[in-house]
Amino acid sequence: MRRIAAIAAAKAAAALSQRLKVGGGTALPGLLAERIDPDIVPEMARRLGQGSIIVTGTNGKTTTARLLRGIVRAAGLGVVANRAGSNLMRGIAAALAEAARLDGGFAGAKRRLGVFEVDEATVPEAARALKPRLVLFTNLFRDQLDRYGEVEHVAALWRDAVRQLDRSATVVLNADDPSIAGLAQVSPGPVLFYGVEDTSRGSGGLEHAADARWCPSCGSELAYSTVFYGHLGHWSCPTHCRVARPSASVVATRVELDAEGTSLAIALPGGEISAPLPLTGLYNAYNALAAVAAASALGFGTGAIARGLGSFTAAFGRQERMNVGGRRVQVILAKNPAGLNEVLRTITAGGADVDVALFLNDDIADGRDVSWIWDVDFDLLAGKARSLTVSGNRAWDMALRLKYAGLDSLSQVEEDAAAALRRALRATPEDGQLYVIPTYTAMLQVRELLARWARRPAFWEAEK
Amino acid sequence: MTLKLRLAHLYPKLMNIYGDRGNILCLERRCRERGIAFELTELGLGEKLKPKDYDLVFIGGAQDREQRRVAEDLAKVKGKAIREAAAKGVVILAVCGGYQLLGRHYRIAEGEELPGVGVFGLWTEHPGPGAKRFIGNVVVEWAGGTLVGFENHGGRTHLDAGVEPLGRVVAGFGNNGDDGGEGAVCGNAYGTYLHGSLLPKNPRFADHLIETALRRRYKYLEMAPLDDRVEEMAHAAAVRLATRRGIISV
Repeated sequence: MRRIAAIAAAKAAAALSQRLKVGGGTALPGLLAERIDPDIVPEMARRLGQGSIIVTGTNGKTTTARLLRGIVRAAGLGVVANRAGSNLMRGIAAALAEAARLDGGFAGAKRRLGVFEVDEATVPEAARALKPRLVLFTNLFRDQLDRYGEVEHVAALWRDAVRQLDRSATVVLNADDPSIAGLAQVSPGPVLFYGVEDTSRGSGGLEHAADARWCPSCGSELAYSTVFYGHLGHWSCPTHCRVARPSASVVATRVELDAEGTSLAIALPGGEISAPLPLTGLYNAYNALAAVAAASALGFGTGAIARGLGSFTAAFGRQERMNVGGRRVQVILAKNPAGLNEVLRTITAGGADVDVALFLNDDIADGRDVSWIWDVDFDLLAGKARSLTVSGNRAWDMALRLKYAGLDSLSQVEEDAAAALRRALRATPEDGQLYVIPTYTAMLQVRELLARWARRPAFWEAEK
Repeated sequence: MTLKLRLAHLYPKLMNIYGDRGNILCLERRCRERGIAFELTELGLGEKLKPKDYDLVFIGGAQDREQRRVAEDLAKVKGKAIREAAAKGVVILAVCGGYQLLGRHYRIAEGEELPGVGVFGLWTEHPGPGAKRFIGNVVVEWAGGTLVGFENHGGRTHLDAGVEPLGRVVAGFGNNGDDGGEGAVCGNAYGTYLHGSLLPKNPRFADHLIETALRRRYKYLEMAPLDDRVEEMAHAAAVRLATRRGIISV
């Protein structure tokens, strides 16, 4: 009875908030459902015939989960999934309630698989409730220290969560991230590693934003033969402890990147696949590799995996492309130094004359501490950026950071988001490409404006 | 004669968590713009500090795990030299974790007591893993105006009687959330919880450190004014954001 009430309340709240256009309609329904029936997540998850998967990590959760859902569907299964960013318990509860029938069952329950992206700090609770058959860890970077506390704290939470997994649960780990690879030691069940083998994509040294440069086992400084980005690469401990990057069974043997997309060759136990993706940047190659590794661990064939990757379209605010007033606009979420460095590297790879708009907000979902921008290598834009618009409630922090990168004569502050977007669009030539790089809450704002303008061509010009 | 600022950056790889790089970039830029040569020496674990070789010593913040290793190195390798440098009047800037370790001791969340260097007459204690962290924007009234920054610390710092705080908290928590003090000043040593990064948005404080550091060696020193319009806008925006929202803890 309680369960039915919880599901009904969640469905009603979701319908209402969508009608009123209050947010994406996941927080309130989820909260209601959990309040009415605290066991809603474990009880409903139990009814998913194919079990559940957790996708977590600092960067790449949303895109990886989305890629994985495409593969699951291509394999002929049904998916229950939370929406992008709604990755706390209430987002999972809302997703389950929304997908369920009023009696608490699922249509086609036997063939349903739950694919949930889960916030870093929510992993222990989500793992207890979902009893997942697979947990995928992408990477661990410093991100929102004000929210999660220290990186080490997140790593400790994950170790505890993995230790308590069922013996049948598979853990899928990024071999190139020392703090992720180390989770293998505490896993009671099977472990599958993935990693990049195409060393032509790497460099010799760590960038400033690198975090986990210390051996997870003895604490010595790690040695890297190749660094892909951040602290991801081919690492080993030079001391007596001899801990090193484990060999991976799902590997990217070839990674080709350009401004339009990525071409990947992936070797896995069942064969080899090559996948063209409409996503740029090495971090997205990692996302695809992670999704393929999880799919391989679930026993999907290479045919379904290739078809699933091929069906991919970019997630909300993750490299979404729009056409606004004759300009191609790409919105790329950036929230931490390693991620933003890689974004800057990607958008400047094609040469000069790059038009960029940076939006820095400091709301809770962005991370209230903006110190992280000092660890970003904005120098990458020097000589490459043609126009540089700066906005958000922390626009002046960003402007000051850019001054230190020698970009002060180029960057223009417009605190108001709409005014900033208009300026950036004007600065971008017709048929040109504008890269809009916002933090999370700024992304919601920017995307709404762009979507409105995209439907009504030249609307942004009329508002001058 | 060309003036030169010689900066020692302690444990740059271990103590670098909250954009501490910005502090180094700021000191360098504000020297170079005035034609003052800038020499940076990074000193990691096991490397000795020679007090007479530096005008300014900087130590930043870190996570507890790194802090423990640094505490060990301070006790064995650098602590005595840092006390000597402080006694000679070398300027020291210690932020967050570095500030805690330059006090007398720091009792971490798990109860273990890390020995401090004792440059500052103060001690710090973390009330335990469940305790509320002091997180948020900070505005401090300091002898030279306002200081803006962001704090994120579990430890509560208590100054000995007679030790002056760096400033009074206008918005935020400061040393312990209790007595309204933020940071500490002992001679030419400055400790603070403010990052964000601290110096770029507080150019007057950065200049105060540079000037104090150089005065020891150069009698004739002119600190030419710089174009700080962007700095002042960022400073003013930070004051506005911190005081409008008041103290919010996550």
